[in-house]
Amino acid sequence: MAKSSGGNAFVEFQHVQKSYDGETLVVKDLNLSMPKGEFLTMLGPSGSGKTTCLMMLAGFETATHGEIMLDGQPINNIPPHKRGIGMVFQNYALFPHMTVAENLAFPLEVRKMGKSEREEKVKRALDMVQMGAFGGRRPAQLSGGQQQRIALARALVFQPELVLMDEPLGALDKQLREHMQFEITRLAHDLGITVVYVTHDQTEALTMSDRVAVFNDGRIQQLAPPDELYEKPQNSFVAQFIGENNTLEGVIKSIDGDKCVVKLDSGDEIDARPVNVTKAGERTKVSIRPERVEFNKSRLQKGAHTLKAEVAEFIYMGDIFRFRLKVAGNNDFIVKTRNAPDAVRLTPGSQIEIGWLAEDCRALDAPACDERARHHFGLCLCREHDARQLGRCLSGQPDQGLFGSVHCREPRHHHHLGRKLG
Amino acid sequence: MSETTQSGPMLSADGVPLKTSLARALRRQKIRALLLISPLLAFVLITFIIPIASMLFRSVGVLYLDMYRAVEAKAHTRLGSRLNYEQSGISSLFRTSGRKLEDVGEDFEDFFKDADSGMVKGPFWHGLMQGEGGEDLLNDRLGLLTDLTSLEASSDLGFTLSGETAALLPWAARAYADWALFTAIVDEDDVSKKKPWAGVYAALALDLADPATQSAVAAYSGSGAAELQAAVANIADMPATEFRAYFEDIDDKWVSGETWALLKVFGSQYTSGYFLNAVDMKLTPDGIEQRPDNERLYLKLFNRTLIMSMIITVSCILLGYPVAWLLANLPMRSANVLMILVLLPFWTSLLVRTSAWKVLLQQQGVINDIFVWLGFVADDARLVMMNNSTGTIIAMTHILLPFMILPLYSVMKTIPPSYLRAAKSLGATNWTAFWRVYFPQSVPGIGAGSILVFILAIGYYITPEIVGGTDGVFISNRIAYHISSSLNWGLAAALGTILLAVVMLLYWLYDRIVGIDNVKLGG
Repeated sequence: MAKSSGGNAFVEFQHVQKSYDGETLVVKDLNLSMPKGEFLTMLGPSGSGKTTCLMMLAGFETATHGEIMLDGQPINNIPPHKRGIGMVFQNYALFPHMTVAENLAFPLEVRKMGKSEREEKVKRALDMVQMGAFGGRRPAQLSGGQQQRIALARALVFQPELVLMDEPLGALDKQLREHMQFEITRLAHDLGITVVYVTHDQTEALTMSDRVAVFNDGRIQQLAPPDELYEKPQNSFVAQFIGENNTLEGVIKSIDGDKCVVKLDSGDEIDARPVNVTKAGERTKVSIRPERVEFNKSRLQKGAHTLKAEVAEFIYMGDIFRFRLKVAGNNDFIVKTRNAPDAVRLTPGSQIEIGWLAEDCRALDAPACDERARHHFGLCLCREHDARQLGRCLSGQPDQGLFGSVHCREPRHHHHLGRKLG
Repeated sequence: MSETTQSGPMLSADGVPLKTSLARALRRQKIRALLLISPLLAFVLITFIIPIASMLFRSVGVLYLDMYRAVEAKAHTRLGSRLNYEQSGISSLFRTSGRKLEDVGEDFEDFFKDADSGMVKGPFWHGLMQGEGGEDLLNDRLGLLTDLTSLEASSDLGFTLSGETAALLPWAARAYADWALFTAIVDEDDVSKKKPWAGVYAALALDLADPATQSAVAAYSGSGAAELQAAVANIADMPATEFRAYFEDIDDKWVSGETWALLKVFGSQYTSGYFLNAVDMKLTPDGIEQRPDNERLYLKLFNRTLIMSMIITVSCILLGYPVAWLLANLPMRSANVLMILVLLPFWTSLLVRTSAWKVLLQQQGVINDIFVWLGFVADDARLVMMNNSTGTIIAMTHILLPFMILPLYSVMKTIPPSYLRAAKSLGATNWTAFWRVYFPQSVPGIGAGSILVFILAIGYYITPEIVGGTDGVFISNRIAYHISSSLNWGLAAALGTILLAVVMLLYWLYDRIVGIDNVKLGG
């Protein structure tokens, strides 16, 4: 959880709450502070409260409780048009009855800027997004990517210090999206602006941001730079949401500093790093990334625990190999290895032993299965299958584990998942 | 590949030129489209277009009628009352003149009776006129008669005109032929037994007054020669054949240019008289000129209709825009309730709504009572809100309001709220965001609503009739009056045609200024 740091914070949320109907909180006690020039991404499934936070910052929604500060000033009572925040909307919201140049000139016009200055700024902004030749066109005559650039230029043309982007790349195809990701980060970096970026695409969040705030259920689950988020998830939600992940469930047997032993439900014991477990006897969910699983016993530490595994499937993916293993009652245990000269190709059916470094295996919480989380995580991570459709029981049995059960069983989706971070 | 290499036109797979087969494929589509609309097309053509077209022609056609025959056929009064719209007094002129023409003819009859009593008997005339060779003249007159009375000519008249007599006594032969045809066809009597009407004697006198005819009669030896020669012998006693004097005697309007100008204007098969009348002009011997001030009516009415329709349209925009905005932006549940309130007037009879306004607006009505009770107006100075243009505007704005709200609503529904948000985030105040971003996008809805309301208003009839009094009536009330009360269909048709033309012109202007693509009824 982020703590409000005060001091040099440029944007700051202090204990912000938001409710639409007076019964449920969409945003629950949000604390967040970001320095000037940072590119911060709010990442989370839909309904997690990230867009609401953005709208509160832009001024289109008012916080039910708490204070939002911009550059040291509380802005709760400042109307949106006086906040001077640039914003890029999900569907661009380019005014259809104006040409591109008129769209760009609009924020300058309402600021009563002179004509020549206006024209010069519009030209510079258009050049900045390489759309200099399109000033006379109407938005409807542009392709999606071009509209996106114009929307970006319009949000930047009046030189705001803070720019908000609400899933701006959602409507673009994959290739264009990747290009625009690069473009946006480059511009943000060159101009030194502070960006709050909202997305539900984890790849986008990881590749673009200085820091990522993972939202779920109206709270920030973890606020950290991308690498930390991936490698050191603070809880099982983050571990599950970011990248691909294997989970095993069990009870803490013993804790010794930054090492602990977990007794799995199958009876096997493994080494792990305690993250948010404190004492022996607690239920936990251990999380380990597929690429950190080791077959080669010689590379493991002396005395490290190993698990017996059976190879269920081998998938050749070019740059990597991907195995599906049956480990300790989990039939969807994924392991990835690089296609290196010395890599072993395991054949399905063969019995192996696997292990890992204790610090790569994180013993996380085992949250209760609540209705909201189930709602959000009814979706398989590949986002094509509803977990309920997969026939898994997601009912409220805490020890059954909620998040472990949302993997897709279908091999083609393992494939898909493998690509995601690939 | 062969298609691309050959130099001729592109061929389809079966060797037919591609364009031909494309046209054939499209033709099938067109035929299907035509078939789909054909029931409606037939219905509209039969029930609407054809009657309207024939109505329009009525505004340009009045026959020039032969006065004398007209009198006998009682057609002169019809013509008279029709022309009476154009110049009052013509109707009575025609009627009294018709009666007096008979008297003039009787003077001549008396003269011939004195000359030879046989001349006023049927057999003399029959003998004189019966013969061969005058078929051309007879058919000519027959055609005029059937035109006038719209009777079918029977093939057997029991009478043929003598060519010799027709040459000898051209006027008399013509008048007798008219009489004979009339007697045979209309009265269905035996021509040979009856004595002709007095006008024939006048015609004979006109012939005999000519010295050339007198000498020809002397040489004439056929039937009735003796009687004719007796009349010629007494020619000095014959009344003068100065018909102008007779007409002047009957009514001096007959010698004024105005009457004849009127007959000239409306006399040809097609006349512009009704159109000129519809724009308060008339055709005089000196050309087209404006009617005197006290006779002008229609231009004022057209003007009033246009201006009041515009006022109604503008007030509908002003009242309807906020309602439509609310409808488009409220949550679904409240919007539905509001929508029902908007639609409620549609489910109520137009007459009931207008009558309700009558109850509300009259001087002893609900609104005035409330004003008096609140002390806004004194009891003896109650506002006049009805039977004038105010009443028409209030009632019609209310009645036409849904036609403005619905297109506005359906257009506003398609404007995403993110545009307003974007404008505000770019620094626009609420008003600027509305005026620069929201309003321009709602203009197509205003356009569609305005066209609907304006065109409905311009032809409105019932409401102005009930609450409009004299100041608040529209041109359509006048058209209705001419159609159903005064029966001047020619003028009604001319007014309607002009109204249609004005609406088309406005539509064209609208297209030029706003652009018809800028009209959306939704989506």
